[in-house]
Amino acid sequence: MFQIRIHGRGGQGVVTAAEMLSIAAFEEDRHSQAIPSFGSERMGAPVVAYVRIDDEPIELTEPVMRPDLLIVQDPTLFNAVDVFSGLADDGFLLINTARPLHELHIDEALARLPDHHVYTVAATELAMRHIGRATPNTALLGAFTAFSAELHLESVITAINYKFRGDIAERNITVARAAHAAARAD
Amino acid sequence: MLQQIEGSAAVAQAVAACRPEVIAAYPITPQTHIVEGLGDMVKRGLVGNCQFLNVESEFGAMSVCIGSSATGARTYTATSSQGMLFMMEAVYNASGLGLPIVMTVGNRAIGPPINIWNDWSDSMAARDAAWIQLFVEDNQQAADVHVQAFRLAEAVSLPVMVCMDGFILTHAYTRVDVPEQADVDSFLPEFEPQQALDPEAPITIGAMVGPEAFSEVRFLAHYKQLEALDLIPQHAEAFKAIFGRDSGGLLKSFDAEDKDTVVVTMGSVVGTMKSVMADMRADGESIGLLSIRSYRPFPKQQLRDALAGAKRVIVFEKSLAVGMGGILAADVRMALANLPVAVHSVIGGLGGRPITSDKLRRMFDKGVRDELEEPHFHDLDVAVVHRELERLRDFHRPGPSAESILRDIAGADAGRPE
Repeated sequence: MFQIRIHGRGGQGVVTAAEMLSIAAFEEDRHSQAIPSFGSERMGAPVVAYVRIDDEPIELTEPVMRPDLLIVQDPTLFNAVDVFSGLADDGFLLINTARPLHELHIDEALARLPDHHVYTVAATELAMRHIGRATPNTALLGAFTAFSAELHLESVITAINYKFRGDIAERNITVARAAHAAARAD
Repeated sequence: MLQQIEGSAAVAQAVAACRPEVIAAYPITPQTHIVEGLGDMVKRGLVGNCQFLNVESEFGAMSVCIGSSATGARTYTATSSQGMLFMMEAVYNASGLGLPIVMTVGNRAIGPPINIWNDWSDSMAARDAAWIQLFVEDNQQAADVHVQAFRLAEAVSLPVMVCMDGFILTHAYTRVDVPEQADVDSFLPEFEPQQALDPEAPITIGAMVGPEAFSEVRFLAHYKQLEALDLIPQHAEAFKAIFGRDSGGLLKSFDAEDKDTVVVTMGSVVGTMKSVMADMRADGESIGLLSIRSYRPFPKQQLRDALAGAKRVIVFEKSLAVGMGGILAADVRMALANLPVAVHSVIGGLGGRPITSDKLRRMFDKGVRDELEEPHFHDLDVAVVHRELERLRDFHRPGPSAESILRDIAGADAGRPE
């Protein structure tokens, strides 16, 4: 079972990102589950969502305690919540940032992760350029499929088309493709 | 059709396939997405000649449901938490009048302190309202049991609540085989009301009944619920014959046979529990799980038969009768009266506190050694409680506890001194 925890802030599409991941997994004929952990639904408040992907039916309903992948939609959260809680020693980390990794002051947490397990993409910048809104979720999903064999970019695009219509869907797909190409290991 | 879908959307589609004629609802988290989905489908003309009524309150919602059901229209609504409390007088009216309304309860805590998250306080508040209450473990069951709920309600002419854990199920995207219209049509007969207001053939519903007949009317309500104990398994079998799925029924054993310890619970925590049980059995523990799917009527005899061979039973519930303890535990104890089975009561998951495998395992490890206090409050921060009790003792006019505990926890998290 592959477990993902997405950290972000209210308004960044954290819950929608989790739902799209689960739809993408379904597209690949896999079992999956997306569970949001709603707070009081304020813009800017820390939000967490969980995704599980497996070849077998998934029965667990607990929050993801030991993620294989952390997606961090907002790097300011490193100072606000215990983002790294339970991350496996061979886990993956995907961060939305345009800055060099060392400027995020998380070296201690990064030190225990193997090479090529930490990825960054300037998701907010891509979203602002192509969508005109600071919703980094679809960019991060595109970036995820660049380094993980769990899901393919085409499935994520199908999921985007499920969640959005017309021009908005197209813009989000453009962002996902751009992020897929731009994601880099640090 | 197999879909990756939000629980609320799956329920909305399943309810629509039951061809409701009237839906009256007022939004409240976490059930809102269900009635939003249905409202959207009705507006697009996808639900036959169904009328969707936006009302001014939950009391209005249930009152409209009573009126429409009394005229013989298949009627549906949904609510949660304070919404259920606000409609409560009408909730009793619906059952007292024998109206087969189906209502989803997106289970949520009742405040104050205000809390939008999941526990069973709302359904338990209506425990004795003479409605049938069916609990579901996952979103496949949520969709399936709604289809069975209409058939059951109409067969016994009693209203049915389908209780699904808020957020954990209502807001979860999972794989659901949403019941197909043709299959629902072959499972669910046309509504043949036992009573219907009709200007052509006037009748009275809701007469005043004095001491001369009230006991008999109440007994009949009890009797009709006991009839449902026979119908619920029959309907689950009939459902399985058409849909091929095991949904519904009175209770469900997950390797509970011939075990020293049996855990009894309801709802979505069953999924996580199953994996904890499997781990414990792999470590040599004799332990199994029993999920109660029909809470009202309560399957006393079936539960007694299923648990008679156990040494101990651990009842885990997301509900608390303040001043008494576990509510489900009390029901289980009544079912096991005079049997040499120890019953441990565990209360957890209140107000959405996550129920994790690790903490369940530690609690069950104590439980199988009969080391749980009575009742046991699972995952309770005892230090916080002690600090607040001290504060209440030490200060004149100490102020409200909820706010004080929040300050205490925030301070501890920030590493500030007391």
